[in-house]
Amino acid sequence: MMGRDLLGIEDLERSELERILETSLRMEEVGRRDVKKVPTLRGRTIINLFFEPSTRTRTSFEIAGKRLSADVVNFSPSSSSLTKAESILDTAMTLDAMDPDAVVVRHKVAGVPKRIADALQAPVINAGDGAHEHPTQALLDLFTVWQEKGRIDGLTVTIVGDITHSRVARSNLYAFSKLGAEVRLAAPPTMLPAGVESLGAKSFTSLREALEGADVVMLLRIQQERLAGCFFPSIREYAATFGLDRRKLRFAKDDAIVMHPGPINRGVEIAHDLADQRPSVILDQVRNGVAVRMAVLYLFAGRSPREAARREG
Amino acid sequence: MGRICIRGGRVLDPSAERDELADVLVEGGRIVAVGPPGADTGGAEGVDASGCWVAPGFVDLHVHLREPGQEYKEDIASGGRCGVAGGFTALVCMANTQPVNDDPSVTEYILDRARQESPARVYPVAAATRGLAGEVMTEMSALVEAGVVAFSDDGRTIMDSGVMRRVLEYSGLVRVPIITHAEDRTLVREGVVNEGPVSTRLGLPGNPAVAEVVHVARDITLAELTGAHLHVAHVSTAGAVELIRAARERGVHVTAEVTPHHLALTDEATLGYDTNTKMAPPLRSQRDVDACRAGLADGTIDAIATDHAPHAVHEKDVEFTAAPPGVIGLETAVPVTLDLVRAGELAPLEWVRRLSTGPARIIGRPGGSLAVGAPADLTVIDPERRWVYDPAKGFSKSRNSPWIGREMIGRAMVTLVGGTLVYDAHRGVLAP
Repeated sequence: MMGRDLLGIEDLERSELERILETSLRMEEVGRRDVKKVPTLRGRTIINLFFEPSTRTRTSFEIAGKRLSADVVNFSPSSSSLTKAESILDTAMTLDAMDPDAVVVRHKVAGVPKRIADALQAPVINAGDGAHEHPTQALLDLFTVWQEKGRIDGLTVTIVGDITHSRVARSNLYAFSKLGAEVRLAAPPTMLPAGVESLGAKSFTSLREALEGADVVMLLRIQQERLAGCFFPSIREYAATFGLDRRKLRFAKDDAIVMHPGPINRGVEIAHDLADQRPSVILDQVRNGVAVRMAVLYLFAGRSPREAARREG
Repeated sequence: MGRICIRGGRVLDPSAERDELADVLVEGGRIVAVGPPGADTGGAEGVDASGCWVAPGFVDLHVHLREPGQEYKEDIASGGRCGVAGGFTALVCMANTQPVNDDPSVTEYILDRARQESPARVYPVAAATRGLAGEVMTEMSALVEAGVVAFSDDGRTIMDSGVMRRVLEYSGLVRVPIITHAEDRTLVREGVVNEGPVSTRLGLPGNPAVAEVVHVARDITLAELTGAHLHVAHVSTAGAVELIRAARERGVHVTAEVTPHHLALTDEATLGYDTNTKMAPPLRSQRDVDACRAGLADGTIDAIATDHAPHAVHEKDVEFTAAPPGVIGLETAVPVTLDLVRAGELAPLEWVRRLSTGPARIIGRPGGSLAVGAPADLTVIDPERRWVYDPAKGFSKSRNSPWIGREMIGRAMVTLVGGTLVYDAHRGVLAP
């Protein structure tokens, strides 16, 4: 049950996903107490190793670790270590020598957490690598939908936006299809990656068709600075064709919910008035992110190989 | 350089369509007799080749020896040792050294070092444009006079079609091939793995097959216009194979090579993010691999060339996107490509032709023949020999191979260059 590292949803079995969701439910209860802290990971050290800046995800992991009483250390190699030309593996092994019980890694290049995991003793949790995977985001999305709908099996989930460059889309595609949902991807043809249907999703270039009968609409952030003029003509045209507003949302089921991993571009992928209230559940996602990351830290950092080795020794 | 007799082997000489058991007698640096086994050779030193194949030495049209300038990756001596240990007696080395081989002084330096240090013959390729910048053509007459056998901006594609046209046109003066590294950079962009289901799963930028196909189409069209000899380096796509086949049928002077890794591995080898599976062009789909194998079998592709590209461990042990592309290949080419023989896709004689006679003809140098009077460049291959590849036990200064730890079948046992025994699998590299 469950490998040493959490590198991607692609590697997980259905039963493992279910176990993480059930554990998250218990963790969520902790977050509703007056004293939001349990001693579960007391004496454990967790390093947040973020090569790519991400205040939101890092903060979520940090709060999750602290609610479990772990000692959380943030390490963000900045330009200073780049100028020192220390390699990523050297940085990671330096930290490993300080005996952490888990290392949470974010990097802008796909595959880096895997390379680090291959080199380290501590378990590695992927907090997002390039356009590859962002497993804890998908887990918190699963948890949110599960809470809203009471099930995953049989739902239709439509993911809208820049699929090509999105780790969130890939992780969610695996997560929801493993638990029996139908996953649809909607984007201009330039942002649907080659061979994506082989991963188990249906792709659409018509937002209307992709939304018909959808229970969940998940919007992705458009990186305006990188994409406009290259993958689509303009923000205005994107907002008109793939931006979600209340009018377009009517094509989905009446009780459809709207999700977004954040940070949102108001007026681009999501209309202003849709972002702040039902059926949008964007802030619930953020709240659930802490519970899900507590579950992940508990399951992966709570039984580190160092601990096992010490016990045996 | 005495008398050596290679006894009892299966002699495979594509230049004479010979495939029979024979002894090969070498004297004075040349082949002096090929005849029925067991004849009296008057006290010549014997090499037992029973159970083995005796072939003309292999000619690798595409290696990076890294000297001058990057001797920490490889140098002419270590690259030459890799060559003879892999059955290669001649290496055609690319121009992307530091400084670039775009001037006769660099060519002369390489040839001088090779004469002193390399057990294999070395034939330099000069840059087609100064500094590999794709703008101003190099002094082709002077460079050919200095000893280069072809021109190429390998690793950097000449994107300006007008420049490429003039390079091809001008090469008519010196009558040597122009080697194209055919990848349209505007289609490749930041792509690092073959675009398709694998790049999508990995989340790495895709390099589409059409980047090669579009460029091969352009270069064939320009070769047709100019009548030049175009050689397409490391063909990797079904589309390019198809274009080359059609061009040859209508008489365009185009030749081509394929690497062992593009014959043996698909992009799925990249799924673990191992940077030793990062090449340029990238590993492609099964359909492309099948097309390259078929193209090699039917003669559309003339040569197997390794694109031996050494890089230091610290250069490869980085993020996938930051790692330099390329793998070493001289010591593994024989077992990896023997797979086509075992699979019944290439007869042994044709396999030898793609490794020796075919490439030697492309550069217009001796080699690829065991005819009486030919230079005694030959190799003895044990096609059944089983061994496990460990680059630390090999001769390269680098370790970047996708075959580390793999069981190999087939190995060069003995190599002679100019009648001198330069390699013996049991004793290592013996000269210089």
